[in-house]
Amino acid sequence: VILNASGCLDALAAPDVARSLDAFVTKTVTPLPRDGNQPVRIAETDVGMLNTIGLANPGIDAFLAETLPRLAGIGVPLWVSVGGWAAEDYARSCEQLDERDEVEAIELNVSCPNVAAPHESAWEIVSAARRATAKPLYAKLSPAVPDIAEVARASADAGADGLSLVNTIRGLALDPRGLTPVLSTGAGGLSGPALRPIALAAVYACSRAVELPIVGMGGVASGRDALELIAVGASAVALGTVLFTDPGAAVRIRAELAAAVAGRGVENVVDMRGIAHGERRSAVGERVENSLLGVGGKTVD
Amino acid sequence: MLAAASTKVVASEDVGPYRLVRVQRSGCDPGVPGQFFMLEAPGRLLPRPFSVCLATQAELAFLVDPIGPGTSAIAALEAGDPLRLLGPLGHGYRLDVRRPLLVGGGIGIAPLPYLSESLGRPPAVLGFRSAWHAAAAALVPNAEVVIDPVLVTDALADRGDADVLACGPEPMLHAVARLSPRAQLAWEAPMACGYGACFGCVVEIDGRLKRLCLEGPVLAAERVS
Repeated sequence: VILNASGCLDALAAPDVARSLDAFVTKTVTPLPRDGNQPVRIAETDVGMLNTIGLANPGIDAFLAETLPRLAGIGVPLWVSVGGWAAEDYARSCEQLDERDEVEAIELNVSCPNVAAPHESAWEIVSAARRATAKPLYAKLSPAVPDIAEVARASADAGADGLSLVNTIRGLALDPRGLTPVLSTGAGGLSGPALRPIALAAVYACSRAVELPIVGMGGVASGRDALELIAVGASAVALGTVLFTDPGAAVRIRAELAAAVAGRGVENVVDMRGIAHGERRSAVGERVENSLLGVGGKTVD
Repeated sequence: MLAAASTKVVASEDVGPYRLVRVQRSGCDPGVPGQFFMLEAPGRLLPRPFSVCLATQAELAFLVDPIGPGTSAIAALEAGDPLRLLGPLGHGYRLDVRRPLLVGGGIGIAPLPYLSESLGRPPAVLGFRSAWHAAAAALVPNAEVVIDPVLVTDALADRGDADVLACGPEPMLHAVARLSPRAQLAWEAPMACGYGACFGCVVEIDGRLKRLCLEGPVLAAERVS
C-alpha cells in the first residue's frame, strides 16, 4: 500500500498523481485558515531537503465546505491530516470529519516542526480525538524524541488505530555567501535521504512496542527503500520528497517493490513485514533464507 | 499523467557567463513561451526550474546561469548525457498583444528568444551587468542592449503604449510594473516540484501567498504588489 506523506502532494493540482496512490493524505488542516510561513520556504542540502511551509491551509470549515467535495471527486480514498494547538482543536476537527463519508481515515499531525508544538502530549491529543470520532485514527509522530516507542505506546493506549512514522526532523541550511539561514524561519523540516535511517529506526522500535499498523515514511525513493520499511514493520509506505522529483514515483516504486519481493522468492509483500525482527524471522523467514542461499534460484543484491 | 520525460543532451555551449543546454525534444510539447520545465540536476536531490529558451522541431534549449550546485551540474552536462525533464509547467505569456516589447535583464532573458520567435521578432530591450553577460543578447533578435549603470527602464521611458512582456530580477520587474502597469512579468522563486505539490514557491499574488508554479510564472503586473 502506497500513500503520499501529508503536505507532499496537492491532489487538486495533480489528480493523476493522487490516483496513482492507494490513498491520498491531505495537507494538514487546522481549525483556522493559515497562509503559512513567509518565503523562503525550501532549501536543498547535500543530504536532503528543508521546508518551512508552516501548515498553509484553508482551515477546517472551508476545507469541509469546498476542498473535501472536490477531493472526493478524484476517486481515491482520502485520509485527512488534522493539526492544532490544543487537544480540543483536534477533537473538534475530528468531530466535524466524523460526519463525512468521504473521509476514510484521520491522521493526527502532532509533530510539525515548523509551527509551535501543541502543548499537550500525544496521549491527550489522541484520547480527545478518539472520543470525537469512530474513524480510523493514525498518530503521526516526530522522530525527534528520546524514546519514540514510548510515544507509540501512549498513542496506542489512547486509542490510536495506527501510526504514521515519521515526520520531518528540524534542520538548518546557511546561504554560502552571507552565512545566514536560507529559510525565513531559520530552521525547517529535513526530509529526503537523510531521514531514511531515522525512519527505519523509528518504525523498527515502534513495531516492537505496539501491535498497531504503521505507515512508514522518510526518504523513500525506490522499491528497495519501501521494502526496508516493510521489513522493519511498516504495513504501508508513504512517499514525500520523491514526489517532488518524480510525480510517477508511486507507479515506479510499486513495480520495484513487487520485483524486489519476487526476486526473493516471496509470493506476497505481506510476508516480508517485520522480517528484520528476529522473532518474526522464524515464522516467515525460512523461505526467504532459502532464497538468499540460492535455493529459490534467484539472487538478491 | 504528469510524468518526467527522458531525453538526451544534444550540445551545451557558452553564451558569455551562461550555458545554453540543448536537448532532444523527445516528443515533449514545448508549451507556451514563459512556461517552464523542471530539469534533473545530476547528483542533486531536487530538479531546477528553467523556462524554455528556444524550441525547434528537434530540440528544446535552456539558458543556465551556474550559480549553485544544481545549476552548475546542469551547466556541466555534455552532448550525449541523459537528462530527465518535466513539463511544460505553469502559465506562460499571453500572446494576444498588439505592440509587443520584450524586456529582459540578465539571466531573465532566458524565455525571450522563444517568445520573440512566437511573436514575429518584435523589438526588445535587454539589460546586463557587463559586456560579458551581454553576449546572451545575441539570442534575442531586434534587441537594444543596455549595460549597467544604464537600466532597461531608462530605455523604456518613451514607450508608454507598448505591450511589455518582461523577465528579469525582481527590482527590474517592480520598476517595469511602475512604468507599464499592463505588463506581463515572469517571476522566479525557489521550487522543489514545479507542479503545486511542495508549496515552496509562494509569492504574494493578489495580496495572498500563492504558489508561483501554478499561478505563474508569468503574471499580469497588477497581481504582484
